[in-house]
Amino acid sequence: MLDKHKKVEKNSILLLVLIVVVVSVGGLIEAVPLFRVQTTIEKVQGMRPYTPLELAGQDIYVRENCSVCHSQQIRPLRDEVERYGHYSLAAESMYDHPFLWGSKRTGPDLARVGGKYSDDWHVAHLSAPRQMVPVSIMPSYDFLNREGLDLTHIADKLRALRLVGVPYTDEMIENAYNDAMAQAHPETDSAGLTERYGTKVQVRAFDGNRDMTTEMDALVAYLQVLGTLADIRNYNPDLAPPASQDKAREGEGK
Amino acid sequence: MADAGNKKEIDRVSGVETTGHEWDGLKELNNPAPRWWRWVFLVCCIWAVGYWIVYPAWPTLSGHTEGKFGWTQHRQLKESQGEITARRAAYLGRMKGMSLADIRHSPELYEFARAGGAVSFKENCAACHGTGAQGNDVRGYPNLNDDDWLWGGDLDAIYKTIRVGVNSGHDEQRGTQMPSFGRDGLLTPAQIDDVTQYVTELHKGDAAPVTEARTRGAAVFADNCAACHGKSGEGSIEMGAPRLNDEIWLWGGDAASVHNTVTNAHLGVMPTWENRLDDDTVKMLAIYVHSLGGGK
Repeated sequence: MLDKHKKVEKNSILLLVLIVVVVSVGGLIEAVPLFRVQTTIEKVQGMRPYTPLELAGQDIYVRENCSVCHSQQIRPLRDEVERYGHYSLAAESMYDHPFLWGSKRTGPDLARVGGKYSDDWHVAHLSAPRQMVPVSIMPSYDFLNREGLDLTHIADKLRALRLVGVPYTDEMIENAYNDAMAQAHPETDSAGLTERYGTKVQVRAFDGNRDMTTEMDALVAYLQVLGTLADIRNYNPDLAPPASQDKAREGEGK
Repeated sequence: MADAGNKKEIDRVSGVETTGHEWDGLKELNNPAPRWWRWVFLVCCIWAVGYWIVYPAWPTLSGHTEGKFGWTQHRQLKESQGEITARRAAYLGRMKGMSLADIRHSPELYEFARAGGAVSFKENCAACHGTGAQGNDVRGYPNLNDDDWLWGGDLDAIYKTIRVGVNSGHDEQRGTQMPSFGRDGLLTPAQIDDVTQYVTELHKGDAAPVTEARTRGAAVFADNCAACHGKSGEGSIEMGAPRLNDEIWLWGGDAASVHNTVTNAHLGVMPTWENRLDDDTVKMLAIYVHSLGGGK
């Protein structure tokens, strides 16, 4: 064995060729599944890209590192389904860049927190967690009530996400700023927003303060949409179309 | 580094073959990897092949290998839920066609529903209403232990409130919104002061001291508040208008709190649970909440 190794060690061209072979095999094993990732995403109705306001909220979620203490993945285990609801589907995080599944639950899972509490509760809880949950060890995020929401680059964010496959249209990108403002201001005209993102988009003064669009608005809008988009009630894993049909459908698309 | 060529060299001290590599007189022994390690490695390789056969593993052109027994996570979940589903079904099956009142009068089902409701309450309702259902009068989350009900305290009313929510956006929601009398300029500051005094003393009835402010406040109340809250402040369950002539307060009963409520108004929101919890759970929750002490 050692003697054969000697040949490789003494022949740099042979060494180079063998290195290329080994790296190629490893690379293929890592890369090929990425091209097949579509087959692992369930076909479920209702998924749409985040609205600009929700996206801004997701950025705050990332900035404040919420995923260090809160996961966003309900595993297909009995206890978790009992507590949090239907297990998370891959489809439900297909527009998340980066995905925010997390790996530790200091606080509860948030994959289906949307609609579970009122906006007011979220604002109260984020501002002073222990007033709502006496034993909570969550830090206070009261400052979000006072930070104006920075939407300077919101269109660029949509554009960047489109590059990695989120189906934002030109129209969505063009109107990103207006859509974000419309969603946080129920008294303004939100027809364009609902036309682009669907009539189920929640339009409210999420932080209860109509005078100012704050980071709290965006974060609560994001929390309130989590886990609510996919039509989970009509999802049956045994009826999900096999991948061969997807291929046919993809072919039609092209 | 000297090269020993193809000649094997045995180290004199340990009796082990060397690799032939030498650094400043130090030679590397060519010890084989421990036998146990090689065996573990081999067994792992065989195990992996077995795993590929039994479980879903490799991507293929049309999907992925399914594994010999068609194992999937969601089927495993279903099996693990099977036992508990079957045990619950014994009760839930009987509850299906029954009215809430009938369930209440069946001791066995009532106990089951109360226990199930209690568990669900802790996960879903306690965040706002408190673990003891004591409510929170700073944020306007009602106490569920007393017999003061905003939307009705019988079983069916509680069931509906849980199902559709309050100002929740549900099609059949229990919707209500008090005007912001001060912010929107419907009442002058002086009128608000008067009506605040009147409302904070309503529960005293005739024992309340008769002052000029109170008399003026009574007039303001009759013109602006009585339509929803009732002539004597008895409240209205149809409109979700709280009763004001008792000492139970949704948003605080001191003068400052009442003044703030009249000025800015509050919009309480309770989510709809229809799409989040199944109907059985909503029923059990209704029975549990009803049993807390104030059920009618």
